[in-house]
Order: sequence, then C-alpha cells, then structure tokens
Amino acid sequence: MSDKAQTPVLQTSHLGIDFGGLTAVDEFNISIAPTEIKGLIGPNGAGKTTIFNLLTKVYQPSRGTILLDGKDTRNMSPVQVNHAGIARTFQNIRLFDQLTVEENVKIGLHDHVKYGMFSGIFRLPSFWKEEKRAHERALELLDIFGMANEADVRADSLPYGAQRRLEIVRALATQPKLLLLDEPAAGMNPSETEELMNNIKKIRDEFNIAVMLIEHDMNLVMGICENIVVVNFGKIIAEGTPTQIQNDPQVIEAYLGGRKEED
Amino acid sequence: MLANLINGISLGSVYAIIALGYTMVYGIAKMLNFAHGDVIMVGGYIAFCSISYLGWPPILAVLASVVVCTILGIVIEGLAYKPLRNATSLAVLITAIGVSYFLQNAALLIWTSNTKVFPNMFAGMAPIQLGGTQIAPVTLITVFANIVIMVALTLFTSRTKMGKAMRAVSEDKGAATLMGINVNRTISMTFAIGSGLAAIAGVLLCTAYPTLMPTTGAMPGIKAFTAAVFGGIGSIPGAMLGGVLLGVIEIFGKAYISTQLSDAIVFAVLIIVLLVKPTGLLGHKVREKV
Amino acid sequence: MELFKKLKKHTKMSFLNYGIVIVFYIVIQILAMSGHLTNSLKGQLIPIVSYVIMALALNLVVGISGELSLGHAGFMSVGAFSGVVVSMSMAGSAPEPVRLICAILIGALLAGLAGVIIGIPVLRLNGDYLAIVTLAFGEIIKNVMNCLYVGVDGAGIHVSFKDAGSLGMAADGKILINGPIGANGVTKLSTFMAGTVLLIIVLIIIQNLVNSRTGLAIMAIRDNRIAAEASGVPVTKYKLIAFVTSAAIAGAAGALYALNYSTIAPKKFDFNTSILVLVFVVLGGIGNMTGSIIAAALLTILPELLRKFADYRMLIYAIVLIIVMIATNNEKVRAFVNGLKKKPAQEEAK
Repeated sequence: MSDKAQTPVLQTSHLGIDFGGLTAVDEFNISIAPTEIKGLIGPNGAGKTTIFNLLTKVYQPSRGTILLDGKDTRNMSPVQVNHAGIARTFQNIRLFDQLTVEENVKIGLHDHVKYGMFSGIFRLPSFWKEEKRAHERALELLDIFGMANEADVRADSLPYGAQRRLEIVRALATQPKLLLLDEPAAGMNPSETEELMNNIKKIRDEFNIAVMLIEHDMNLVMGICENIVVVNFGKIIAEGTPTQIQNDPQVIEAYLGGRKEED
Repeated sequence: MLANLINGISLGSVYAIIALGYTMVYGIAKMLNFAHGDVIMVGGYIAFCSISYLGWPPILAVLASVVVCTILGIVIEGLAYKPLRNATSLAVLITAIGVSYFLQNAALLIWTSNTKVFPNMFAGMAPIQLGGTQIAPVTLITVFANIVIMVALTLFTSRTKMGKAMRAVSEDKGAATLMGINVNRTISMTFAIGSGLAAIAGVLLCTAYPTLMPTTGAMPGIKAFTAAVFGGIGSIPGAMLGGVLLGVIEIFGKAYISTQLSDAIVFAVLIIVLLVKPTGLLGHKVREKV
Repeated sequence: MELFKKLKKHTKMSFLNYGIVIVFYIVIQILAMSGHLTNSLKGQLIPIVSYVIMALALNLVVGISGELSLGHAGFMSVGAFSGVVVSMSMAGSAPEPVRLICAILIGALLAGLAGVIIGIPVLRLNGDYLAIVTLAFGEIIKNVMNCLYVGVDGAGIHVSFKDAGSLGMAADGKILINGPIGANGVTKLSTFMAGTVLLIIVLIIIQNLVNSRTGLAIMAIRDNRIAAEASGVPVTKYKLIAFVTSAAIAGAAGALYALNYSTIAPKKFDFNTSILVLVFVVLGGIGNMTGSIIAAALLTILPELLRKFADYRMLIYAIVLIIVMIATNNEKVRAFVNGLKKKPAQEEAK
C-alpha cells in the first residue's frame, strides 16, 4: 500500500477551546481513516457540536492542531476548510430557506461550477454549459435520497426529515473528503432512520469518503459506525469498536447515567 | 478651548438625552424608531406655544411639553408599532419613517414652514464667568439636566419593578412573558419615557439653537441615533457616553477643522469606532449559536 | 405558449419586467403623439425612470443580499456630479448622445468605486450596525459634495474643497460644481428614450446576475451565512459584489437624473432620498423586482396626482404608508388574506 492510503484524512492533536474561563473541549485527539465511518457520542452538553465547530473553523481552536489530509488547517477560514475537504450538516437545520431544493444543492456545487460573474450577466456559452452540468449533477445527487422530483420545491416547505437529507446532499455536493453529520437522524421515524443508515453507507462506498457522525440513536450508531469516540465534559472518555464501547464501564456510567437524567 | 469643551459637552448632553430614547426603545422593542427625532420637534413647538402664545412660565411650558410628548409616544406606539410586534424589523423601520413623515407634515400644517424664534427661557439669568470665558446658563442647565436624567434612569432601571421589567423584556421577551411580565405595557412605558425625555431634549435644543421648524428634529435625531450606536445601542450609559463624545467631536471639528465638514467628521469617527469595535463603545457581543 | 410554460419561473418574471418597461414606453409615446401627455407628467418621466433604477439597485442590496442600506442616495450623488462634470467638460467636443453615455458610464464607475471603498470596511458589520454605517457614509458623501468645487478651463479640470476662488482657473474657466449650490447651467442631455434603454440594460444586468451562480451565492448568504460559509461560499466577496453592483447602478441613475435638470444641488441626494427609495423597495416587496418597478413609478407620480390636496398630500402619503405597512405585515391581517387566498387555490387544484 502507498503512504497516501495510510495518511488519515483527519488527525487532531491536543485540540481544545475555552469560552471565557470555561474549557469546553480539551485534549481531543482523534484520527479518521480515509473511508472510515466514525461515531461521536456523549451525553447532552458533552461538547460534540463544539468539536464539529472546531473542525470546520466556525470557532478558532484555543490550542492544538487539526491535520486535514496531512495539511495543517491552522490559518484557514470555514470557507477554506470546506474547499480543503470538510463538509458538514447542522444540528439545528441550516438550509437556504428561500431557495429551492435544487438551488440549495447548487450552492454546494458553487466551487465546482466554473463560470464567472460576467459570463452570468452576459449569458456567455460557459454559463449555459456549466449551468446544464450543475443542473444534471444536482439531480444526480438528489437522487441518492430519491429527492430529484422535489427539485423545484422551496427548501423551507420540505418536511423535517427531508430537510435533514437535503443538508446531507448539499454537503456532499462540495465534494468533501470528510463528511460531518450532526444528528442526521434527529426527528426521523424508525423506518426513515433505517433508510438513512443504508444511505450513509452507500455514500461512503460510492464517494469513497470518510464520515463522522454525532447521533443519539444508538441503533444507528452501533449499526454503521466502525469506530466510536465517546466524549464527556469536553474530553474523550473512551474509543473503540461498537462492541468495545457497549461494554466499557466508563461509558455506561457517563452515558447511561446521563440518559437516566433525560428520562 | 475650555469654552469649546463646555459647549461640546452641552450639545452632547442634548444628543445623549435624545439617544436615551433611541437606545431604550431599541433595547426593548429591537426597532429603530426614526420618528423619535420628530418627537423632539413636537416638544419644541409645544413649549414654544405655551410660552409665546399662552404666556406660561417656562417651567410650566416644559411640563406641558413633556406631558404632550409622553402621550404622543404612547399613542404612536399603540397605533403604528404595536400591530407590527412580530413583523420584520424592516417593516417596522418603514412604518417609523411613515410616522416621521406624518409628524413633520402635521407640524407643517399646524405651524407652517415659517421659522419660529424660540424664546430664551433663561433670559433672567446672567452668563456665568469661568476662567475668563462666558458660559450661557442654558449650557450648564443642559449638562445638569443630563446628569440628573442619567442618575434617575439608572436608579429606575435597577431599583423599580417597572425598570426591572424593562431590562427583563430587553434580555428575553419570551421568558419575560412567562415570568408574568406584561410585555406590551412595558414597551408602551418605554416609549412614554423615551418621548418624555425627547420633549426635554427638544426644549433644551431649541433654547440653545433658537430656531424652530418642522424639520428641526430630523438632523439631531439622526445624530443622536448615531450617538446611541456609537456608545453601544441598547446600553443606557453607552447612550450617555456616545452623546457627549459626539457633541464634543462636533464642536471641536467645527472649531479646529472645518465648519462645513463637521458632520462628516462626526460620522467618520462613528464609522471608525464601529470598525474597531462593531458593537459600539459599551455594547456587548452576542455570539450566534451554531 | 407551450414554450413559455416550459420556462422557469424566474425567467418568466424577467420577461414580465422587460415587458412592463417596453409597454410603459410605448404607452407614453402614444400619449405624446396624440397630445395627451400633460406637461407635468412629461417632466416626471426621467425622474420616474431614475427612481425605478434606484429602486432596482437598492433591491439588489436589501432584497437579494439581505443587507439594509440607508445611504444609497450617496452613490446617486457621486454618479450625478461626476456625470455632470464629464458631460460639461465634453461640451462642444462630442455629440450629445456620446456625452450622455460617457456621463452615465463614468458616473457608474465612480459610484462603483465609492461602493468598493465603503463596502470593504462596512460589509464586515451586520444588520442594524451596517445600516447605520451606510447612513453615516451617505451623510459624509453629502457633506463632502457640499464642499466640492469643480471648474474647467483650457488647462483641464480643477478641483477644490475650499471655495470657487481657490480653483485657480484661467479667465475662460467655467465653474461646473459650486459647493452647496451644486451644478448650474447643465445641458439637459437625458431623454426618456435613453432612460428606458438604461433601465432595460440595468434589468438585464440585475436579473441575469440574480439568476446565476453569483446571485445564488448572494442569496445563500442572505438566507444563512454560516451554512453558506460551510458550503464553501466566500461571504465578503459576494456581499461586496452585490453592494458594488448596486452602487454602480445607483451612480448611473444619478447621472441620468442630474442631466435632466439645468441646476442640481447636493442636498437633493440626502437621507430623505435614501429613505424614499427604500420605501419603494419595501412597498414593492423585498426582493421583488417587478414590485420595485411599479412601486417606484407609482409613488413618484403619486404626489403629483395628489396635487389637488395641496398641503395635505404629504400627510396623506404618510398615512397611506403607515396603513399599507400595517396591512401587509400585521399577523392577523395576513392570516385573513391567506384564508381568502386559499379557497381559489384549492379550486384550481381540482
């Protein structure tokens, strides 16, 4: 095997952030292989979404490094991180509400549609060619989730589950190497979740990308994740395969203990 | 130099009193009340009429002006802004502009476009000598009024039930409702106080610059709004600080740089401050939750 | 007709807008030829076209980019006075249409440049803070224009910020812009025909921009800045594109407007003008270009139509404005209207 195949798509070391005097995430060290599906779990408020925000540079880390495909993302903006290969979805859905489903996906394709402002204004040949290509590509991507016939619907009029799926399609359109999914199954019924699981696997296999997901639905996490990282109070408390995690006493205490409170 | 400084603080105090109205309304209703400047003008006219036509003593004129403007504030809020409580901020802004047009044109019909010369309310008082410079009584009274209002408002918002309700509503309208606070009444009260203050500002402004026209309130209104943003909109001490600084910058700009460009200097300073500290001098940043 | 049905919704809207402008032009021509065009309306034609262009420009910022600008009259002012200087300094050396085209182009260019200078610092701010800074810049432009003196003589163009005397011109020199008095003795070059052509060009630019990759990116930032960044859309770049395009178009409108009058003063382009245009945009419907065209045209004529109410007309205008805003934005009124609308829609579905 070549060296490249062994380089993790993402590697963090000593990653951490403080808000005021409060340490939200600390000593976060993970490594994700190029086509791995990794789960990130932990009780509410454990800092999972904050970790996603650090990886995508919505927050600048207070310390530590993030290597994306071996490159340090230290001075990158969220836009540059996306161009470098990380795409994400959001826990509280963030679609472009007034745009159509297809247009939402086209925003994901933004960096891969090659014509400038003036071709757009003067409708030069490159505009027509690239718009046609973008249109076809958007429909192809939507078809993964069987959403191609909803292409002209306004994003905010989609049902909740479909909005979550659209966020995944939009993220995929940016051609990431690593896809971060923040509670993709939230609000879905069991059959929708089942379908989502299959689709996440299908995406990984077809696009050859790594996926990291935050999820509270344990059937989904245990069903598709090859490795799981458990965080509590901003720190990793366990790491391993689903079987290892299920039998880890610390996880049971932190996680199931946390769940009791929820009840 | 000293005279300029005192004049600047005095003009700034007028801006500060007007800015308080902007900042309180913004803090609570999250709206830019562009009609606020025109309430100043109404306050000026009421005082003018009370003194010049009815021959009332100045103190009674000020009182009449405050009462009329307070009621005006409540009526404007109830008729024009209350129906738009959950509308977009742009819709409310345009409505406020409609109210501003209305007040200016109503004033035009009632008092015509002829400039009225505002009577000197402190004619009986002699100018005060301070280190060789003469200071008009109105200058000191304005600064004094500003300090009194500032202290009173701070006490009001920190000590009284209504004041605390105002702070609660400005923090979180939803939670305030759940705590049993009558949000509509609180907003109405805020407009009442802001408009009452505008009346005082109107009288002070017209005494210092004794010309009164239907458009008198527009420019001071815009500048006071700028002052509120300058200090950090939503913050009462911020409005005070922003107002005074703006007044000083304006007078110094006029005296030492250029009379014609003094407004440009004021606005340029505002822009620089906002670029360095985007929430104004005393404003605090709200982080968007992702 | 089949072909028309196939077109996308926004393509249809674009053609509707071109149609409205062309029909308006034809109607005015017919009225003029049959002698039904009143003098007051005739005098209003170029202001109407200018304000329609202004409204379209502002709608690009407010509706498409989602940022509130309270200082767009400033860009109109830059375009107006640079247009006047260009057209006057070309007097005698070029035919009138060429002078007009150059004036509009240079006006747009300089206003666009002002847009860049203002936009780069300003667009880092958000919401109401951005609005107040645009207001501040609008006032600064007005203030600076009030102190601007420009003259032309054999040696070229002279500029001063002090007074006309310090321009240092030769005896044959002519003052083009005279501080607060503004420009005097301007040759009226603008025609309704030229205005209509400019309006069509502006519509093409704005609509094609909006319905392209660039426009999508601008609207995505408006709808959700954080998601746009996460999708790889550079926020500042696209906000700036919208702002500068809008400023340049406002400059073109300013040049067209100014060259319709023999005298024009800087105070014409003050805060009230910025607000007036904003009212057109909001009443026409934010983001709705057809609405902007109709609202700007109607509301520019409205004060003329209300002339018989003389002193009361602006008061009526204010009341109408407040009532319209409440009627279109109050939750209860909206729910009621939606209830009415639903019925016909259901019928159609059957």
